[in-house]
Amino acid sequence: MLRLNHHEHKSYTLSENPYKPELARIISVDPMVEDNYLFRFRFEDAQLNQRFQYRPGQFMELSVIGVGESPISISSTPSRPGVIEMCIRRAGRVTNALYRLKPNDLIGLRGPFGNGFPMKKMNGNSLLIVAGGLGMVPLRSALLYALDNRQDYQRIILMYGTRYPDYLLFRSELEALALRSDVECRLIVEKSALSKDTPEWHGRTGLVTDLFDDLQDLDVQKSYALVVGPPIFYRFVLSKCLDLGFSKDRILMSLERRMECGIGKCGHCEIGNKKVCTDGPVFTYWDVMNLPEMI
Amino acid sequence: MKVSKLPKANVNKFLESLQDFGEVIIPKEKQEQPGVYMFDTMTDPSEVAWEYLRTIIPPKKYLTKPKEVIFKFDSQRGFEEVIEDAEQKRVLFGLHPCDIHGIKILDVVFTHQYTDPYYTRRRNNTVIIGLSCIPDEKCFCKSMHTDYTEDGFDLALSDIGDGYLVAIGTSLGDDLVAERADLFTEVEETDRRKYLDFRKKRNQSFKLDLDIDDLPYILDLEQHSPIWDELGKRCLTCGSCSMVCPTCYCFNVYDELNLDARSGRRIKQWDACLFKDYALVAGGHNFREDRAERVKNRYYHKQFRMVEQYGKPSCVGCGRCINACPAGIDVVEVLTKVREGSYAETESS
Ligand SMILES: Cc1cc2nc3c(=O)[nH]c(=O)nc-3n(C[C@H](O)[C@H](O)[C@H](O)COP(=O)(O)OP(=O)(O)OC[C@H]3O[C@@H](n4cnc5c(N)ncnc54)[C@H](O)[C@@H]3O)c2cc1C
Ligand code: SF4
Ligand code: SF4
Ligand code: FES
Repeated sequence: MLRLNHHEHKSYTLSENPYKPELARIISVDPMVEDNYLFRFRFEDAQLNQRFQYRPGQFMELSVIGVGESPISISSTPSRPGVIEMCIRRAGRVTNALYRLKPNDLIGLRGPFGNGFPMKKMNGNSLLIVAGGLGMVPLRSALLYALDNRQDYQRIILMYGTRYPDYLLFRSELEALALRSDVECRLIVEKSALSKDTPEWHGRTGLVTDLFDDLQDLDVQKSYALVVGPPIFYRFVLSKCLDLGFSKDRILMSLERRMECGIGKCGHCEIGNKKVCTDGPVFTYWDVMNLPEMI
Repeated sequence: MKVSKLPKANVNKFLESLQDFGEVIIPKEKQEQPGVYMFDTMTDPSEVAWEYLRTIIPPKKYLTKPKEVIFKFDSQRGFEEVIEDAEQKRVLFGLHPCDIHGIKILDVVFTHQYTDPYYTRRRNNTVIIGLSCIPDEKCFCKSMHTDYTEDGFDLALSDIGDGYLVAIGTSLGDDLVAERADLFTEVEETDRRKYLDFRKKRNQSFKLDLDIDDLPYILDLEQHSPIWDELGKRCLTCGSCSMVCPTCYCFNVYDELNLDARSGRRIKQWDACLFKDYALVAGGHNFREDRAERVKNRYYHKQFRMVEQYGKPSCVGCGRCINACPAGIDVVEVLTKVREGSYAETESS
């Protein structure tokens, strides 16, 4: 039976195991706003850390070893390699366990997964980045990437709104951007009330949709809108974008769904005719409006 | 395709010879439940239930296991790949065309874009030997175009009375035959005619028909059909229909800790989109809270999303879910009524 035992049979390429997390070390943990910490990670394998590449808007599967895995967006930009930043909200089992870890502890990371924002395709266009609440997390990657490749884009406009000033993620970093002349950074909060240890709010109050009034001169034919936020935010922001004249395939959004694999196998993220993990998480508004379950 | 003939008198000897390749899995009748069949390890060729119709659980259980360890982990050393049965060679014997099509669909899902090493390692070690069948009143493979298959098997046996026509689908299949060439005979003109007669008889035996013409589009039009709410009221969300389906592949992943609290295993386990927490996320938001949404999802997944993603639906018409549903929900009836737009009326009359 020698012949039978040496058979190749189906010659599927056995590539690297896409389920296998690689060890990464927590470099730092910085509270940003309540229950939202910024974690910095580095792969233990120095070579892997060097060659690790990703696109803004992609996500990783993060393992707290012994607890489980969660999909988390990458908040850092590939234009600043060597360290992976993730802004993580404490929400359940895995994320609570992560909050108990300290710098120098080990976790597992696999990825990057998903399509990400089409940064190359958007070259030569203006970027209108509209974030609500935690929506800033994946958008920060796109924003920093565009700033690091400033010559590739026309105007870069950030409009970011939260309920209170203390809910603004990356607040000091974004306030510093407001001083730059090559980016239009507009922050807005619904109520200016503060907890005692946050700096006073001198900026605008109102809804992020109010900021659309200043956009009349935007050439929407040569712009993309990158829109990420909570469901209610989408309802109003999307119609503002359409009012401005954006075509539906120039409005990009990032969706979240339950995920167990991140690689199109487990079924959990499927919706309409798409898989959020492999077809998304970034979709055009056109894609989304054709999927009744989408938002 | 190369075709040979295996006289029935030689079949048991051939089955025994397959054991040299690996564990031979055959359809068997359950001793305690006559008329109920399952795939199980062969200990003697006489156990093969040649006339079986459908097993309760499809052969997918040998390729994507109900529950399997995929990694061992340690908080300091990280994750080490574990592939259960990685070296286990198997022969899946007696698969009907629908089940072979089921595996072909799993092949696509588990290798598209990313390769799932657990599935493919076992798939690479698996020989598939098909067997012809005569449909019953719950089979609708003909409607799904899965009643015959030209590939996806190493060997395929068609019953022509005194023997089997053996279609040889792969070079491994050819070697399995060559190992016991003494058991096989040349195909003669009368055999060919007997096969054509068999085929005619089989084609005429189908009693169930489902019109799948333009079905994805029709489903898209019927997103708000009252049928989905009706089904939501009847479905018990037991998940049986997914467990018994040859193409349902959903799973969960979770970790199990050892007593030392620093090492353990990562587990992959079958799941079903009918279960309440399937789309539940942190903070308690459930994207398919409504039972009707979950039942609907199963139909849209199979007949709409799979067509868009991979070019064909993921129902092979095996009838298992019709058999298994404790609430009497029948996929053919549902899809027929969706097409006719007649569900609500018949239900309320
Ligand atoms: C593409 C994508 C990007 C994300 N980016 C971020 C981010 O940058 N920062 C952040 O804080 N959160 C992000 N999330 C949400 C984050 O994945 C969940 O908050 C997290 O999985 C909760 O896990 P848990 O174990 O703590 O909660 P539990 O409620 O205990 O969840 C148990 C399991 O359910 C699944 N699950 C639960 N909630 C979600 C969810 N919202 N999305 C997907 N799977 C879920 C996970 O498999 C998780 O292990 C993202 C989700 C997706 C899909
Ligand atoms: S949906 Fe039902 S009939 Fe279709 S393949 Fe699955 S179990 Fe068989
Ligand atoms: S088998 Fe029937 S009752 Fe059970 S989940 Fe499926 S459709 Fe619902
Ligand atoms: S997360 Fe598993 S299929 Fe998308």
